[in-house]
Amino acid sequence: MRRLGEAIERAGGLWLLAGLVAVVLLPWYRIAPPPLEGGTTMLGSALAEGLAGRLWLLPVVAAMLALAAMRGVAGERWRAHGATLPLAVAGLALLIFQAFAVGLRGPSVDWIAALAPAASLGQTGIGLGGFLAGLAFCGLIADALAARGFCRGDRFASAGVVIVVALLSLFVFFPIFKLATASLVRPDGTLAFAAFGERLMAGDLWGTACLYSSARCGVVVNTLILGILAGVISTALGLALALLVARTSIPFKNTLRAVSILPIITPPFVVGVAIVVLFGRTGLVTGWMYDWFGIVPSRWIYGLPGVLLAQVLSFAPVTFLVLLGAVEAINPTLEEASKTLGARPLATFRTVTWPLLRPALAAAFLLAFIESLADFGNPIVLGGGYEVLSIKIFFAVVGARYDLGNAAMLAMILLALTLGAFWLQQRWVGRKSYVTVTGKSDAGLYAPLPKAMTIPVALAAVSWVAVTLGVYAVIVIGGFVTDIGRWDLTPTFRHLSTAFSFEVGMDGLRLYGSAWNSLQTTLWVAAIAAPLTTAIGILTAYLVSRQEFFGKRAFEFGTMLSFAIPGTVVGVSYVAAFNVPPVDITGTAAILIICFVFRNMPVGMRAGIAALAQIDRSLEEASQTLGARGMASMRTVVLPLVRPAIFTAMIYSFVTAMTAVSAVIFLVSARHNMATAYIMGRVENGEYPLAIAYSAVLMIIMIVCVLLISLVIGRRKLGRRTELQGVAAPAAAI
Amino acid sequence: MSENAIEFTKVQKRYGAVTAVDDISFGIRRGELVTFLGPSGCGKTTTLRLVAGLELPTAGQVLIAGKDVSKQPASERNVGMVFQSYALFPHMSVMDNVAYGPVIRGGNKAEAVARGREILSLLGLSGLEERLPSELSGGQQQRVAVARAIVQQPDVLLFDEPLSNVDAKLRRRVREEIRDLQRRFNLTAVYVTHDQEEALAVSDRIVVMSNGRIAQIGTPSDLYERPNSRFVADFIGDANLIEGTVEAGQGGPIFRADDAAMQLAGDATPGKATLSIRPERIALRAGEGQLQGTIETATYLGGRTEYRVGTPFGPLLVSAPATAPTHKVADRVAVEIAPDAPTIVEHERKQ
Repeated sequence: MRRLGEAIERAGGLWLLAGLVAVVLLPWYRIAPPPLEGGTTMLGSALAEGLAGRLWLLPVVAAMLALAAMRGVAGERWRAHGATLPLAVAGLALLIFQAFAVGLRGPSVDWIAALAPAASLGQTGIGLGGFLAGLAFCGLIADALAARGFCRGDRFASAGVVIVVALLSLFVFFPIFKLATASLVRPDGTLAFAAFGERLMAGDLWGTACLYSSARCGVVVNTLILGILAGVISTALGLALALLVARTSIPFKNTLRAVSILPIITPPFVVGVAIVVLFGRTGLVTGWMYDWFGIVPSRWIYGLPGVLLAQVLSFAPVTFLVLLGAVEAINPTLEEASKTLGARPLATFRTVTWPLLRPALAAAFLLAFIESLADFGNPIVLGGGYEVLSIKIFFAVVGARYDLGNAAMLAMILLALTLGAFWLQQRWVGRKSYVTVTGKSDAGLYAPLPKAMTIPVALAAVSWVAVTLGVYAVIVIGGFVTDIGRWDLTPTFRHLSTAFSFEVGMDGLRLYGSAWNSLQTTLWVAAIAAPLTTAIGILTAYLVSRQEFFGKRAFEFGTMLSFAIPGTVVGVSYVAAFNVPPVDITGTAAILIICFVFRNMPVGMRAGIAALAQIDRSLEEASQTLGARGMASMRTVVLPLVRPAIFTAMIYSFVTAMTAVSAVIFLVSARHNMATAYIMGRVENGEYPLAIAYSAVLMIIMIVCVLLISLVIGRRKLGRRTELQGVAAPAAAI
Repeated sequence: MSENAIEFTKVQKRYGAVTAVDDISFGIRRGELVTFLGPSGCGKTTTLRLVAGLELPTAGQVLIAGKDVSKQPASERNVGMVFQSYALFPHMSVMDNVAYGPVIRGGNKAEAVARGREILSLLGLSGLEERLPSELSGGQQQRVAVARAIVQQPDVLLFDEPLSNVDAKLRRRVREEIRDLQRRFNLTAVYVTHDQEEALAVSDRIVVMSNGRIAQIGTPSDLYERPNSRFVADFIGDANLIEGTVEAGQGGPIFRADDAAMQLAGDATPGKATLSIRPERIALRAGEGQLQGTIETATYLGGRTEYRVGTPFGPLLVSAPATAPTHKVADRVAVEIAPDAPTIVEHERKQ
């Protein structure tokens, strides 16, 4: 390994070699650009295309060749040479400039057409060569910065910082920027402030008529009402469950904890569908209500009540986990102190426990609020006439009236609301936490829940458990009976075979079911995205918690920001940014993977930061003084020690890739359909049993995959432990 | 200068607005053990990390074995470091830890293991090769850390407060072990501590640091007997610091403070000055003498007794050996200062 590395190093380093290959040999464009007079070039590389007439590519090639020349002229320490950094930066800048200056239909800057007539033909989006060249320039910039002492001279860390920044810029900030532009600029390129203002002020956004009459409210007001209600109810329910688990001796506590994990692996729509099956006009519960109490069936579930119910079912487990942590973190001696001072249980709860919980309650509320704003699956199934932003955005892009400008403007409003809530969470709640846990163990027992509170708390929890069980019973049974909606419980595999029929014949396995395509894509995308997400998340965690570099604060902020952007906004922004060159990747599987990687990366990052905080920094320093460069130190010391975080990140990103819908719904294509998008199609057609059957299959696959991942990552850990006991372990197994 | 193993020239390290190490220059000779001593926050650990390459200097030059390594990170330097926490990799066996360096530098595994075995046996750790660090005692862990640091024959071996995790009772033995090892392998070593006794015990030379600057460099006895500043006099050992003026007299310079005066040995230019006198260089005798004092407190410490004595120079700390006659509080005593004991640590010439 090291020998090969040194040979590459002598030749100028990996980045330089990759960059030269990228500009000289690899095809620059993803799809061949319009042919020039001289016909198509053989390689299609930047050098070939440039010489054939696309002159604007030549400066990029020249920058790379100049860097190679620097290696020759300035010798071993060429990276520290004064000209290397400017050259690499110039190369990257030229690459970006040419990509935007010459679009699909011709140059956007007139003088380029004058200089290079071929520009009027336009160019397609960049491909392998273009991406690799960009990456190589970033790597060269990082090397040159490291030679000047950036990241304490660690080239690996420096490359990590530069490349993560470049990727975030391209796949998070550039789309948002395009989104903002799309909401302000007409398709022909002129600014449209008036239209923007008109759209922004439109009554169907901000109307508040529903508050005092039977008329409808604006979509923004609807969204906010839903968000606040979902936040408040989920938090209250989460608190009730947390108190029940932490402060009473009810049985089935572990079951409650296990049930709270379910929503994480539940595909979207299916909860909504189950609610319709139970509470719809022809629903089971509705029918019982009519039979027993004479309540006339109605469509009450469609609209705010239904969406709210579905969201509370999905978010309460999250708030439960947040609040359980907070309730358990309260130092019991505080409550004991209150009692010794003469306070009765209820007074103690009111004056000590409740105030201590307030920051966590606010955090839980904001979490549920943000989730509610971003939610797409429940409103689309249950919303009826109740419009919220995410739905309206979707129909502005996907519906009959394609209006990217309007979608972009709505997305900007949604983004502003979410970022506002996120900002509050970081600012206000982040600082106001009363940490009462210290390293010292405190004697003392948790105060049991005051009697007066036990009954309402238990009632709330019981009804939540009842509805949850009902919903999941529908999900488990629904796919395998003829029609659960009509209570026809004849077992059947009809739905399953519609989706997943196959035949093993002469020519091998043949898949007939209509869902195979989407299932395969989903598994592929999830399987590719999970390790990438984990890698970039853990790398970023390492950079943030272990490296000191200029601009670290901004770097951290940027990575956290990408976490706060709702999926719907990401989806629209990707449509706005990646439908046209220079990066035209809509309709590919790559855009699905990229979308998941950058949406889920902050989770891996948080897990990584938490894990790294447990590991003494001197371990890495020791490996460095022993001669391990950044990457080797990471591989041999850091990664083995943060294995639990890797596990968390892998599972999370895998599961999310299988269940996420809000962003991918904009990005799927006929060739690359995802399971969730397929299920949504079935729901829209009213094929509920099929949707439920597919969801059940997905959940089984997720559980199996989680077990598999834990087996793979967990077994090594076990192997380590047996190795400790065995004497014949290979020494220096590095 | 070329025989120096380490050479710092005007090295500075800033973190934003904070200057941790400011314009320091020094050289460390081959085979020498030099200690960096100072209170916490004085920049001694930063200096050590600058040698290791765990920090790169903001300005100035660092030479190791004659090579400019100012911009080279730790992995590109040939230094060994023993960390305060030992920093043994918890997921690797003792042998994996010791062979880590040679293997990660691209060496042959079998050779690395053989070399590791040799070093481990030299340090009395044979038989522990397959243990995990968590299965070793603290002392064994430290020796593994040393073995890991010296297995690659580093240009310089660095110790970051190596005794801070060692039981008070064991410290003397461990520091002797470290000194012995350093001599046996003829290693150039840099040692950081805040404990002046430890520094005096192990070092060839000591660099005393204060506020990111070097206060004084010298052998232990240089620093103890001829401190060049109030700070050094006060930091190393105990010192009686007396402010006064030096005046020219017939039999040589005279030091005058308040109502009292004493004759100084050697030369001293007239002017305001601070005098340092070590407590064990003052003797007490019952009866009358040139300088008269009254015992204010007497503290019995086993091997010695410490007195605070009121004198015309102010209260003086006196350390008397157990063999000396004892005095009681309020006794009048003659105070005898050894003629070469007073050292001028701060001096301001008369205008």
